Amino acid sequence: MPESSFISIQGVSKHFGSIVAVDSVDLEIGKGEFFALLGPSGCGKTTLLRMLAGFEIPSQGEINIDGEQMSTVPPYQRPVNMVFQNYAIFPHLNVFQNIAFGLRKDRLPADELEKRVSDVLSLIKMEGFGERKPDELSGGQRQRVALARALIKKPKVLLLDEPLGALDKNLREQMQLELRQLQKIVGVTFVFVTHDQEEALTMSDRIAVMSAGKVLEVGSPEDLYEHPQTRFVADFLGTMNVFDGHIHARDGDSYIVDTRELGRISARIESQDFSKGEKMSVALRPENLQIVNSQSMTVMDGSISGVMSNTAYFGNSAQIYVELEGSDQPLVVSIQNLEGAASKAAHGNREVTIGWSKSSVLLLKDA
Amino acid sequence: MKSSTDKTSLSAMSLWRRYPALKGYALASPAILLMIVALVSPFLLLAGTSFKIETGSSDEWMLSLANYEFFFEKSHYVNTLVRSIFISTLVALVTVLLAYPAAYFIAFHVHENKMLWLIMITLPFWTSYLLRVFSWKLILGYNGFINSGLMWLDLIKQPLDFILYNTNAVILTLAHAWAAFAILPIYVSLQKIDKSLIEAAHDLGENKIYSFLRVTLPLSMPGVVAALLLVFIPTVGDYVTPKLVGGPKGLMIGNLIQSAFGRLDNWPLGAAISIISMITVTFAVCLFLLGINRVRKVLI
Repeated sequence: MPESSFISIQGVSKHFGSIVAVDSVDLEIGKGEFFALLGPSGCGKTTLLRMLAGFEIPSQGEINIDGEQMSTVPPYQRPVNMVFQNYAIFPHLNVFQNIAFGLRKDRLPADELEKRVSDVLSLIKMEGFGERKPDELSGGQRQRVALARALIKKPKVLLLDEPLGALDKNLREQMQLELRQLQKIVGVTFVFVTHDQEEALTMSDRIAVMSAGKVLEVGSPEDLYEHPQTRFVADFLGTMNVFDGHIHARDGDSYIVDTRELGRISARIESQDFSKGEKMSVALRPENLQIVNSQSMTVMDGSISGVMSNTAYFGNSAQIYVELEGSDQPLVVSIQNLEGAASKAAHGNREVTIGWSKSSVLLLKDA
Repeated sequence: MKSSTDKTSLSAMSLWRRYPALKGYALASPAILLMIVALVSPFLLLAGTSFKIETGSSDEWMLSLANYEFFFEKSHYVNTLVRSIFISTLVALVTVLLAYPAAYFIAFHVHENKMLWLIMITLPFWTSYLLRVFSWKLILGYNGFINSGLMWLDLIKQPLDFILYNTNAVILTLAHAWAAFAILPIYVSLQKIDKSLIEAAHDLGENKIYSFLRVTLPLSMPGVVAALLLVFIPTVGDYVTPKLVGGPKGLMIGNLIQSAFGRLDNWPLGAAISIISMITVTFAVCLFLLGINRVRKVLI
């Protein structure tokens, strides 16, 4: 939770005809935070961002930015700037004119304007590009120009709509770090929309996961990845083995859960309360599962046998798919490729035993 | 040996593949042929005719610049040419000014049935040009719709006689007749503008008016320029509208050409006026395009 709320979204809904794009969302975003709105396409994250920018007016609810009521303020009067998904660089203007576009009203003298623009150009490491036309720029450069054009306005909040979606993988990874650094330098609150969970985990201080117009969970990347509360979030962030189950009993610091695929397993109690017999879901991260050898000394709290059916080799690691008896959903196990361990393990249709510790078993409420 | 014969039989095909430009020429050949038959040869004939003068007997001709000299000696002819250019410039400006809001409306505020709107705009063109000019005569005439309407409302005692048979009537009629030729190119250029550019302008602090002036208008300039040319070039030579609604003061160069070919039966003179008018229009258009380029460089 942020110590002080800088952007406050209270009970905000947006209807388009009979479609509810955003459904009574409450969010508090702190000053200087790098905040991600994460969700699959059509979950309402972009609509929520557009309401922050002022392009859409909430059907219900209030938006406050730095203590000021914003819901019906037009976009050109908000202390907010946006980096558009396609960057929206003005094609008839060169880089300098694009970046200086928002400064018309400031009526700066020419040398002052020159200095402001060249400062921002050096911030985005594009000195000497002022005279270039947009069609002479690469995708990454266009993105930087879009950033510079927004940042030169010194906004209180910078909104980014899928900022890295159009870039290729290597460039995207590089820009993720650069964006993060840039945000630290300028200290502006960043709110960005993405459908890429990896991007959200890498870049953000906190993430709000959205689905079907609602915010399901808000938390730090570590929180959401390691302790998801809902099945959707568990499934959406990273790879997850999720099974239906119900609570059999409570045993000291553990719940005993019955599942069809894994049988009866125990899980350490974290914070949630379940009643006996309650239907819920059990989740296991692939990296928390291990192949158990007869020589292995580690004691496992739970284990199950199955037949290896498939491997996905990633170089530094591999994912092994293990068919379980009585289930059409394979168990995904991730192994680190230490001294070729993954490539050695990934052979044939042999039978393996998979083990886990009970503290790695996640219990999820059924939404 | 066999492989080489195969190669020959395929050569036409592979030539085709290797030089895509050939395919282009082949596809364009009907149009090129038509241009030569229907445009280039008549033009050469016209140019040739303009240098002829009659020597008295009907089948003897002489080459000379006399027709051109005759044109420039008559101030009436030169004035008519200048007036034609002036009227057409005004028509082009008025048409584009009237067309822009219509095109803007369809491009940005009509979300369904855009096609229907566009068809409705071309609807007047489904009737004959002559009929449309005549209907303006009915509207603007001495006992026309406007005069009788104003008299019925008791706003005037006498019918106004300055609304028909003058330059204004010509401009109004032509502007209406050519509206679609201005709306369509402007619509296309507006339609192509990425809406997020306008949002970006708002986002960067510009209200609707400034966003229009700084983003929408400059990006739609290609359409505006096309519309200006599409209206200006053909209206210079128009002779039906000035004849029907222009009166003596609204006469244009087309009327002179028509009478040279008709009543005066002086084809060489008519041809010379046509060539002069063509050159003038080309010159005016070049000047205009140069000016536009200059303005663009200064503004941007």
